Amino acid sequence: MEVRRLQRQYVEFASSLFREGFLDEQFSQVQQLQDETNPDFVYEVVTLFIQDSERLLSELARSIDEQPVDFVKVDAHVHQLKGSSASIGARRVKNACLAFRSSCDGNNFEGCLRCFQQVRNEYSLVKSKLESLLGLEQQIMRAGGSVPTLKC
Amino acid sequence: MSAIRGCKGEAAAELHVLAVDDSSVDRRLIERLLRASSYRVTTVDSGKRALELLGLGKENNTSSKGPKVNMIITDYCMPGMTGYDLLKVVKESSALREIPVVIVSSENEGAEDFLLKPLRPADVSRLRSRIDGSTS
Repeated sequence: MEVRRLQRQYVEFASSLFREGFLDEQFSQVQQLQDETNPDFVYEVVTLFIQDSERLLSELARSIDEQPVDFVKVDAHVHQLKGSSASIGARRVKNACLAFRSSCDGNNFEGCLRCFQQVRNEYSLVKSKLESLLGLEQQIMRAGGSVPTLKC
Repeated sequence: MSAIRGCKGEAAAELHVLAVDDSSVDRRLIERLLRASSYRVTTVDSGKRALELLGLGKENNTSSKGPKVNMIITDYCMPGMTGYDLLKVVKESSALREIPVVIVSSENEGAEDFLLKPLRPADVSRLRSRIDGSTS
């Protein structure tokens, strides 16, 4: 049955995301806040995260390009990105931000640049994974099924 | 939390919480959590906007009566006015000082916990779990 197949696919995919550390317990918390009165809650929060992250990453790219680099400003942006990734459960992005802040602390430009690339990569990865996850949810619901709840 | 009932038994207004956070993700989360407990929620993205909403204009005088707010919950670390700065302004205002203010913070700032003075024995036992790193 189509719904069952999709639900299995969803559980496997979601489980892998937790296992590989892309998402953590906080993402489950966000999912648990979705219900009949807030049917698109996860989608809304993910969208806000994506908008916020893209804005912050642009600002970061701009800040890193300045001569000389204002590490305080860079750190402020990374702090915000760390916060929102933690709030949505995007663990690898959050950890990359942590490492980034250490470079900023040391005023280490090369380290900073490396960390920025790392954060940007992790963000791209989790963004595409979240989009796939949400896509699967949509398919399940359109096929008349309900989205399985997961324990991470 | 059910609606507060007035002395005639009719339902009074729900409790109104003003949530202040510069992160759009966090605003959406806190709004959802508070509404799940039947609070009426208004979210703003800065201490400055919070004060405008509360009726404190730029002059820090009660220029117009703002909507009734039963509690303020604010992020600590925000650009411009921090949660702590906002707390100070609210508590220094005769019109607003009665409103309870809760400050929320992430581990970003590095603090382990937040306790109110004067400490009690229960607070001291909380400290031990922080040293051990265990959850009590």
